[in-house]
Amino acid sequence: MAKINPVIIVIEDDPPIRRFLRTGLSTQGFTVFEADTGKQGIIEAEIRKSDLVILDLGLPDMDGVDVIKAIRTWSAIPIIILSARSSEQHKIDALDAGADDYLTKPFGFGELLARIRVALRHASRPMEHIKADVFVTTCCQRVLKVDLHNRVVSIDDQEIHLTPIQYRLLAVLVKHAGRVLTHQQILKEVWGPSYSENAHYLRIYMSQLRQKLEADSTQPKFLLTESGVGYRLKV
Amino acid sequence: MSDDRPDPDQLLARVERDTAKAKRGRLKIFFGAAAGVGKSYAMLLAARERRAENLDVVVGLIETHGRKETQALLKGLEVLPTRQIDYKGTMLHEFDIDAALKRRPAIIIVDELAHTNAPNSRHPKRWQDIHELLEAGIDVYTAINVQHLESLNDDIGQIAGIRVWETVPDTVFEDADEIELVDLPPDELLLRLKEGKIYLPQQAQQAIHNFFRKGNLIALRELALRQTANRVDAQMLNYREDHAIRDVWQVNERILVCIGPNALAERLVRAGKRVATSLRAEWIVAYVETPSLQRLSAEKRDGVLRILRLAEQLGAETVTLSAPEISEAIIKFACERNINKIVLGKPNRRGWKRWLLGSVVDVLISHAHNINIYLLGSPQTAENGAVETEISLFRKSPLPGLQQRPINKPKGYYSRYGWTALITLFSAFIAYLMAGRLELANLVMVFLLGVVFVATHFGRGPSVLAAVLGVTLFDFLFVPPFYSFSVAHSQYLITLTTMLVVGVVISNLMVNVHSQAKVAAHRERRASVLYAMSKELAASQSEEEIVRTAVRHLHSEFSSRNVILFSDSNGRVVYPKQKSIPESLHGADLSVAQWVLDHNEMAGQGTNTLPGTEAIYFPIHNEDKVLGVLALLPVNLRRVFLPEQQKLLETFLRQIGQAVTRIRLAEQAKMTQMQVEAERLRNSLLSAISHDLRTPLATIIGSASTLLEGEGTLQTQDKLDLSRVIVDEAERMSNLINNILDMARLDAGVVELNKQWHPLEEIIGTVLTRLHKHLADRPVKVKLPAGIPLVFVDAVMIEQVFINLLENAIRYTPAGSELEISAEISTNAVECSVADHGPGIPKGREEQLFEKFYQARHEAAQSGVGLGLAICRAIVEVHGGRIYAQNRSGGGAIFTFILPINEPPPVMELE
Repeated sequence: MAKINPVIIVIEDDPPIRRFLRTGLSTQGFTVFEADTGKQGIIEAEIRKSDLVILDLGLPDMDGVDVIKAIRTWSAIPIIILSARSSEQHKIDALDAGADDYLTKPFGFGELLARIRVALRHASRPMEHIKADVFVTTCCQRVLKVDLHNRVVSIDDQEIHLTPIQYRLLAVLVKHAGRVLTHQQILKEVWGPSYSENAHYLRIYMSQLRQKLEADSTQPKFLLTESGVGYRLKV
Repeated sequence: MSDDRPDPDQLLARVERDTAKAKRGRLKIFFGAAAGVGKSYAMLLAARERRAENLDVVVGLIETHGRKETQALLKGLEVLPTRQIDYKGTMLHEFDIDAALKRRPAIIIVDELAHTNAPNSRHPKRWQDIHELLEAGIDVYTAINVQHLESLNDDIGQIAGIRVWETVPDTVFEDADEIELVDLPPDELLLRLKEGKIYLPQQAQQAIHNFFRKGNLIALRELALRQTANRVDAQMLNYREDHAIRDVWQVNERILVCIGPNALAERLVRAGKRVATSLRAEWIVAYVETPSLQRLSAEKRDGVLRILRLAEQLGAETVTLSAPEISEAIIKFACERNINKIVLGKPNRRGWKRWLLGSVVDVLISHAHNINIYLLGSPQTAENGAVETEISLFRKSPLPGLQQRPINKPKGYYSRYGWTALITLFSAFIAYLMAGRLELANLVMVFLLGVVFVATHFGRGPSVLAAVLGVTLFDFLFVPPFYSFSVAHSQYLITLTTMLVVGVVISNLMVNVHSQAKVAAHRERRASVLYAMSKELAASQSEEEIVRTAVRHLHSEFSSRNVILFSDSNGRVVYPKQKSIPESLHGADLSVAQWVLDHNEMAGQGTNTLPGTEAIYFPIHNEDKVLGVLALLPVNLRRVFLPEQQKLLETFLRQIGQAVTRIRLAEQAKMTQMQVEAERLRNSLLSAISHDLRTPLATIIGSASTLLEGEGTLQTQDKLDLSRVIVDEAERMSNLINNILDMARLDAGVVELNKQWHPLEEIIGTVLTRLHKHLADRPVKVKLPAGIPLVFVDAVMIEQVFINLLENAIRYTPAGSELEISAEISTNAVECSVADHGPGIPKGREEQLFEKFYQARHEAAQSGVGLGLAICRAIVEVHGGRIYAQNRSGGGAIFTFILPINEPPPVMELE
């Protein structure tokens, strides 16, 4: 890492979770500042030259979505939200408000670390995973290559023919590879704002893409579904 | 009875009486012969004594009439303020019963027991106020003069020449716990009167001075003393009963007082009361309604009603018997009820009439062998006078609320006579045509035929006219000399007389038959009304339905507007929540209804409580408690208060009460069952949770503490192992809690479905990705229809169904065995199934699997609370589908769920 000790602000009201985050993140070489309320968190994020915010959605003093909006007024730093299970709408609202990723409680520390790394990398060099306009990812000995310059998609060097919308959809996912995108975000980017109600369009095109790109479309390896929230392209 | 044990029935009655009394307040009556004997003084003296004993004594109302000695006694006693009522310009001071009930003293003084309250008070009479105070458990001291006692009223009226209208039922006096006679010799009383120590209202000075004659005072004093002595006697008898002293009187005396619609009725009732009291017997007052009596004027029937009410007030049971013959009905009733004494009036048929037609008394004497019969003569002061008093009595004190019914002659009343004349003339014409050929006797028959026809069609009056007219015409036309009213031969006189008698008798018989048929039809109609209602009530499934049925039937029978009010959980009567029907009564007075509910007595118009209220309020009760209140606004009070109608209404109320009880019991049973079910679930949940949560917790705590304690000694590998165990167990716990929470949310019905169109493939893809770790060693075969089939579901929930089914399969089938997921879509349903190659489902358990907390095998190694499949069922059901399990023919189990497709998938313009 180029920068020594990235600064992470943890906004969470539950002390045990704060403690385990602090311990875990410190040992992984991060500098951690804590806040137990939304207001305090916004202040911390502003004054600490922070690189990333971990935000619990269930804060006592204000709605997590409002915290995100407040931070987004002056900063594009990555925000990872922590939320309870069975509150998909909260997650979607938070993601649409500008959060970068989410984790459902209870979560493993390894998972959190992975998300933090993706977010930080994405923030420092947004197009890092796309070298010279070519995106490459490998899973189960299959290589997916997307050449954004020449608009060529291939699996194991075998070219796959995509329709214009299928390609646009894949391109959006590639641009944000590794990050979760809500249905709304994708619909807006691929079809434009007027299509935001037609989530089934997106689902059907996603199925078509899977049938063309995945070895087994019922067990996708590249195009992952975030149940009830959106999609994520594996990096 | 030869043994010395007390009669058990009497003992039981005594015990019941005593327990009822224990809850009630105690009533002490200061009893005097006349005004001025010093009752109020004695009462206040007693109150002061109680006060000195530190009892909570309050003066509710006292009439000191400005006497200094009495007023002095009031010092130091709490006096409740009176209620001031502006009645036609004069301020009336009335006892404030609500204030007294609110104040709830131990003892309250309320003077003038016989007082009549101002109009629009809660009760018309003060003794009713006192009754309510006693019911509320407050002891009452009150005072009364002998002439105000109902049963003595008549006698005293005769002695003193002054009749008081303010009377108190004897039962009030008899039920008093204590009577204190305040006695003053007449000479002293007269002295006090002279000294001006007795308060007398100005306007009545003269009359009252007449009243205070020495002779009167002696007679009144004697009556008062005798009344008190009777009571002492009764107390002694009670004592004897208690202590098994052998009875000196006949047990189970029952006296029947028979009254008719005449002046004697009231005296008969009072006499019956005296006989009953002296014999300490039960007494019943009966009124026999024969077909001829049913034709009595409304005024007379009201009179009978009033007398029956009076009898009830005097403590009698009253019955109205319907029968064609008075004597027959009395004998039958007497036998049924084991009557051994009958009191009735002396027969008013005298001389030949009695000899010819017989009298009730004669028949009774000859038929009732074991019954003593007492006859009461009417006073000899001219029959007319008696009738006069009777009528004036009715007028002065009509039944509260009973209006006089205007006697309208039915339509066509007079034309009937016209028809009668025509028919008789016609008979005469027929007879005239046949005159030459037929005997005179046969011509008579033609006339009699005419009489019969008139009697059946027009009733008594016209038929008598027909008989008389017939005889006249017959005489005029056919009896020689013809065309003259004179009679040639004396034998024709016999013909004419016989013809007249036969004609009148026929007309009478026909009319009786006719009216009996009418009565029978009326009874039949009533029976069918009752049957119809009870049938409908029995079929009613809810209180609401019962109310509707009852209100409708009450309306059709009594032409009344009705409403049935129930109390809420706090015991307050509330207006019904359900919609009203056209027959419903609106704006019933809730406070009256509340009183009725609390006291289990009727109130409102025509009753003793709040008669100023427009509607009548009846309690609806079963054996042990009051269930609700019927408020009934009659078009005509008579339709409700006629004895037979009242009985019908009582039967209605009983039926309604039973129906309500039935529904409430059923509801209670259902509630109990639900509670038992909930209890069972809670117990299963607790035991499941305590086991399945504690096991992983034990592992977590154990492993974590090992890590803590073993710092420095543990190998890296051991630390890793322990940490892995903690993470695994915590995940297991987390799943468990998720399941419990999901179930709770589904059970509570708070789940909102987020239904959208999803490719089935994507749902299964998500499931397989999430179960990736668990399915590591399992081949999963997925068979889906070609293309991209869409289903309209809440994807997150349906994913949960697949996950639970797969986890279930993983748990119960051998490691490494294959799992199969398949789906089929038709136009109106999608059918998904998860199949395995395990041991299958135990026979007969296919349904039970989906119950909460069911586990196929109870082994410690199997984790999970047994909620997975129950959650599946709940989710599928909120989607309107169904789920079931089967064994496969080739071995293993298959779980299938079918979801309906209610709308076509959205159309897509594809590229």
